[in-house]
Amino acid sequence: MRRSLLGRVWPGATAVVLFIGLVFPVYWMFATAFKQNKDVISEVPVWFPTSPTFEHFAKAMNADGFWTLVGNSFTVTVLAVLFSLVIGVSASFAIARMRFKGRKSTILVMMMAQMAPWEVMVIAIYLVVRDADMLNSLVPLTAFYTIMVLPFTILTLRGFIAAVPKELEESAMVDGCTRRQAFVKVVFPLLAPGLMSTSLFGFITAWNEFPLVLILSKDPSAQTLPVWLTGFRTTFGDDWGATMAASSLFAVPILVVFLILQRRAVGGLTSGAVKG
Amino acid sequence: MSIESKEVPADLVAPGAGSAGPPPGKRARGTGQGARGGAAPYLLILPAALVTVVLLGWPLVNNGLISFQNLNPRQLIQHVTEWTGFDNYSGQLGSSDFWSVVLRTVLFTAVNVFLIMLIGSLIGLLLARLGKRMRLLLMLGLALAWAMPVIAATTVFQWLFDARYGVVNYVLDQLGWHSMAHYNWIGDQLSTFFVIIVLIVWQSVPFVAFNLYAATTTISKELYEAASLDGAGAWKSFTSVTFPMLRPFFLATTFLEIIWVFKAFPQVYAINQGGPDHLTETLPVHAFVEGMGSQHFGVGAAISILTILILLALMAYYFRIVLKQEEDEL
Repeated sequence: MRRSLLGRVWPGATAVVLFIGLVFPVYWMFATAFKQNKDVISEVPVWFPTSPTFEHFAKAMNADGFWTLVGNSFTVTVLAVLFSLVIGVSASFAIARMRFKGRKSTILVMMMAQMAPWEVMVIAIYLVVRDADMLNSLVPLTAFYTIMVLPFTILTLRGFIAAVPKELEESAMVDGCTRRQAFVKVVFPLLAPGLMSTSLFGFITAWNEFPLVLILSKDPSAQTLPVWLTGFRTTFGDDWGATMAASSLFAVPILVVFLILQRRAVGGLTSGAVKG
Repeated sequence: MSIESKEVPADLVAPGAGSAGPPPGKRARGTGQGARGGAAPYLLILPAALVTVVLLGWPLVNNGLISFQNLNPRQLIQHVTEWTGFDNYSGQLGSSDFWSVVLRTVLFTAVNVFLIMLIGSLIGLLLARLGKRMRLLLMLGLALAWAMPVIAATTVFQWLFDARYGVVNYVLDQLGWHSMAHYNWIGDQLSTFFVIIVLIVWQSVPFVAFNLYAATTTISKELYEAASLDGAGAWKSFTSVTFPMLRPFFLATTFLEIIWVFKAFPQVYAINQGGPDHLTETLPVHAFVEGMGSQHFGVGAAISILTILILLALMAYYFRIVLKQEEDEL
């Protein structure tokens, strides 16, 4: 009897302990960001922000060039995602729907490109960009983020396109559409969930990118938020409240995007699988 | 693992979408397409191919070229190209520093991947055992850890492990380990690695757990029933049902994790820039510090080519595993 009770209790108890361990760093970031300074630097940790304050957020947002950096991050990220979608949709359509020589190798190249070790290639990229006289500019960042996101976009969209029944397209063509019109009017609207999830994944990738922008943009006017965040603590002299507020500001868009993605992507996958 | 590196081959993320493609033998019915099919697919692929060649291919080639040059700030400013043959390579391969970085990177990867696979699998199996409400709770925790941006997570971990006001030191002190009261984690090689490993494992476990859980739901219940009729306990039914069924999954995931951890950069670099005293530099960080930090671009490029070669070998093995499973689908 005692044993079966234990057998019923331990999975739940373990789950709670694990939940606390997994969530604590995220919780601690937000909690610290809202705490009064005296509670942040206290010998005995204050576990809850009892009298929450926005002063750390104000400090982070009023920091030099903060809004420029936010603008840069959004510009670079959104453009990279858009470019990779435009380029990716046509390529993935060809791969999913057409038979041609070199199709297999295209897929293979994309799978390898997806795992390209960008972190290790920064020296060569720095010299290439320097030769082109494009250091401290958002253009190379956008370009490289596009190619970082592109393989995933193509490989994922290929699955979504293949899941749209061919008969739909064919009947549109019987009704007098050209192949192009059939794609734009029939297939494209059905791709919405696929476009949604690939662009959100792309957003996360580009938003987080760190090594490239670290070496390509020494000038703060062309930097993005990750570089700012790693330098924040040094600039503000161990002001942990403000640093955690800055981290929270950086993390919130991603946490939001991720929650949307979870729901939408799952929806997209099931509607893709219904075809059977 | 960074979210960036969390990109998974689409077929692993989206088995439903990936496998829903038309059977390979079934050719398109429209015959008009056969004639036009000549140029159309190539035109559609052209932009993607161009972008890949220019932005990925050219830097890679350039990386190779630089690795055979003596390229330091002087040569860079005077625009001279000094070819040095294999000097950069023989310099690295003959230095004990390089080999200790390689050994360190291998050990670092091994410890991380072992912990990630072990803890991730255990949590995945736990998810399958939990009731609905508890499962949702645990999944929420996993999703939050997974979603946390790498750089934000790194900053938070610096705060958690802060010497003076960090929570970790406070808790250790309260638990009776008083020498840890103001311990400086990033002052020592092993303890810096400890922080980095906790960080990477925390970030990477959700991916393994979610995927393992998703994979176990595809195993038919009857197999487990049959196993338990034969008197199999939890461990036995794992070794005789779950593991054999998911063997390809374990192989593929382990290799993905090896590749990701091996090339992990932001976590290692942002925690302590490879310090103290270069003692926590893994290969990618070492290439970065030598190439960009000390501005020995040629040497850095040679280290990066050597790193890429190791990664290629790992990837070749990974693709062999994955392609074997999906041969008919390509």
